[in-house]
Amino acid sequence: MKRLTTCLLAASVLTAAAAVSGAFAQGALNYTASDPITYPRTIYAGEVAGVATNSKGHLFVFQRAGNPYASLGGSRIFVHGQDQLLEFDPAGKFVREIGKGNYSSLVANSVRVDAHDNIWTADRYSGMVIKFSPDGSRILMLLGRKPESINVTVAGAAGRGGGRGRGNRAPGQGGDQDVFTGVSDVAFDASGNIFVADGYGGDNRVAKFTPDGVFVASFGKTGSDDASLDNPRSIAVDAAGNVYVADHGNHRVQVLSNDLKRVVRTIGGVGDPAAVCISPGAHPYLYVSNSNPMDDLDKGGEIYRLELSGQVVGRFGTAGKAPREFASVNQLDCRQAGTLYTAETGGFRVQKVTLR
Amino acid sequence: MMSKLPPAILLALLASVAPAVTQQRATIEDSTHVQELGYKAVPNFFKLPKGEYFGETQGIATNSKGHVFVYFRDPQTRLWEFDQNGNFVKEIGKGYYGFLYAHAVRVDRHDNIWTVDEGTNMVTKFDPTGTKVLLTIGWRPEVSDGISTAGAPTGPDGNYTLCRPTDVAWDAQDDIFISDGYCNNRVVKYDKYGKFLAKIGKRERGSGEGEFNLPHSIQVDRAGNVYVADRGNARYVVLDNNLKWKTAYNNYGSAWSACISTEGPKQYLFMSNSNPNGNGPGSWAQTGQIYKAELDGTVIGKFGHAGKLAPGFQVVHMMDCRNPNTIFVGEIESWRSQKFVLGTGK
Repeated sequence: MKRLTTCLLAASVLTAAAAVSGAFAQGALNYTASDPITYPRTIYAGEVAGVATNSKGHLFVFQRAGNPYASLGGSRIFVHGQDQLLEFDPAGKFVREIGKGNYSSLVANSVRVDAHDNIWTADRYSGMVIKFSPDGSRILMLLGRKPESINVTVAGAAGRGGGRGRGNRAPGQGGDQDVFTGVSDVAFDASGNIFVADGYGGDNRVAKFTPDGVFVASFGKTGSDDASLDNPRSIAVDAAGNVYVADHGNHRVQVLSNDLKRVVRTIGGVGDPAAVCISPGAHPYLYVSNSNPMDDLDKGGEIYRLELSGQVVGRFGTAGKAPREFASVNQLDCRQAGTLYTAETGGFRVQKVTLR
Repeated sequence: MMSKLPPAILLALLASVAPAVTQQRATIEDSTHVQELGYKAVPNFFKLPKGEYFGETQGIATNSKGHVFVYFRDPQTRLWEFDQNGNFVKEIGKGYYGFLYAHAVRVDRHDNIWTVDEGTNMVTKFDPTGTKVLLTIGWRPEVSDGISTAGAPTGPDGNYTLCRPTDVAWDAQDDIFISDGYCNNRVVKYDKYGKFLAKIGKRERGSGEGEFNLPHSIQVDRAGNVYVADRGNARYVVLDNNLKWKTAYNNYGSAWSACISTEGPKQYLFMSNSNPNGNGPGSWAQTGQIYKAELDGTVIGKFGHAGKLAPGFQVVHMMDCRNPNTIFVGEIESWRSQKFVLGTGK
C-alpha cells in the first residue's frame, strides 16, 4: 500500500515537474543481486558509503568504521575518525586496506577509480579528496584541507557554539577554490580534469580542477533555481564531458557543461537522486538511485536506467535490507555494462546487481 | 545523563520515603515469604585474557553450544566470546562502527549474535561466528559539527530510528522486538529483514497502559507474547505478539532485567529486582534478588542478594537463562559476570 502511494506520488511529481523525461512508461527491469565480497575476519562491514571497480575488476569499498573521537588540546578540540578503504580481487577476496589511519579520515562518502586506475576518495567531514596510486601505496594528490579543530556544541544548549570549524570561513559563502565544506563525490572527464561535488557542508557546488589540481571553475550556490544546487550528493561525467549532478534536495539531475558555465539539461522524475553513474560503451546509460533515507525503509529505494537524454528506460528495486532490496544506496559503480555495484550505508553491504 | 535521572529519583524515593509507592514497597517486602531457591555460584568461571579486565558488564548471553558472550563498556566497547568452560575464545566486533556504549547482547535460535548499543543507537545482528554483519536496525548519525548530537532528521522516534535502545528479542517467526529505550519509551517490532511492523509507547514517559518509563529489557515466549521490564515503572509488562497490552506484573521490584528460559518443555520467567545504581541507603535490604516465576506471573522462588563481593550482585543488568537451572548474570557496578547453578543447595 505504502509503495503504491510512493509510486503515485512519484508520478504526480513527474507530471508537475517540467522534466525532460516525458513519460513514466519505463519498464521494470529483471535483475539478480549477490554479495560480491568476503570481508576478512578482522574487519567488519560498516556503513558502506562508496564502491568502485578498477580496470582489472578489483573492487574498492569505502566504509565508515570505528569510532570518531575528539581529543582535548590545550585550547582547542581535535576530531579524529576512521574510514576504511578496502580492496578486493575479482573473486571477492580481500587484498588490502588502503590509507589506514590517514589524517583525513572522518566520514567516508565516495570512492572512484580514474582511467589510469588511480583510486580517489572523498571524505564528507574532513572535506578532503585523496588520490592514491593504483596499488594504494602512495598519496599522489590532495584537494581540500581538513579543519584544524572543531567547535564543540552541546546538544540541547541554546544556540550553537560557533561555526563548523572549517577554517576561517563560514559555510554558504561558496566558491573558494579547493576549500570544501562537505565533499560528497569526485569524477573525471576524458581529459583527466577533476570534478568535485561539495554537497554536504552548505556550499552546494561543483568545482572543476585541471588534472594537476589547478582550480578552474565552480558552479552552484545554495538554492533551487538553475544556478543553484541543494545537497549535490553524487556526480558523473559522460564521454562528451558533460557533468551529471545528483541534485538531491532539488529532486533532479542537473547536467552541466564541461566548463561548468551552463545547465545543459534538467532531468526529473527520478525521485531524490542520491547516486549517479554512467556506463561505458557505444550505448551508455545513466543510472540514478532514488535512495531511501537512512531513517526510512518505506520510501523510495528504486534505481532508474536512463538514456543520457534523460529518458527513463527502466527501473528496478525497492527499499529494504533483504537481498535484492536496497538500503540507502550512497554510490553506484557501473563500469561493466549490465552490472552495477551498490554501496549501501543502511545495508552495511555491497551488492552486485546483474541486469537481465 | 538527563534521561537517566528520573528513574534514579524514583528508586531513591522507593528506598527512602514516599507513601505514594507504599504498595510497591509492600509487595517487595512480601517477598520475604517467597521460597529461597537453592543455588551455587561458580567462582571465577570466566578466564580473562592475560592483562585484560571486564569493564561495566552490560550484556551476557549463551549460544546453543554453551559459549558465553559478554558485551561490556571499556574505553572501546567490547564483545568477548568464552567457551562452555569459561575459557576465552575471541573478541568480536573490534573496530566495528556499531559499538560505542554497550547495553545488551542476545543470541537468537539460529545462534546469531545480536548486540544493542545505546551509544550508536544501533542493533546489530552478527552471524554465529561473529565475523559477519548480517543486519542492522537504527542508525548512527554522522559525526557532524563538533559534538552536536542533533540526531536523525525525523527525530529519534521514527519507525527506523532508535534512541538509546536497551534490548532485543525474537518470536518463532524471527520477527524482531526492540525495547527503545532511555530517550524513547516504547517497544518496536520489525520483520526479520528489519521492516517496521508495529510499535507501542511513545517518546515521552508514562505510567499508564500502553506507556513505558524506561523499557529496559525484553523477551518473547514461545507463544509470541512479549515481556518488557518497564524499569521506571517497576513493573514487567506483557504484550501480545502485535504489541497489544495484556497485563503487567507489579510485584517483582525494580524491573531491570527479564529472561525467559528456552530449554526444556516448560518456560520460566526470571526477573531481577536489581539494586539501584549507586546503592542508595537501605537499598540492599530491599533489592538484589532474582525471581523465578511462571510465565503468568506466579512466583516460584528467588535467589541471590546484593553485595560488593561475589556471589553478591552489584546491579544485575542482564541475565541469561537458556537453561532454567543455569543462570548467568552481568553486573554493572562490579564489572563482573557470574555463573549460578540453581537447585544445588546454598
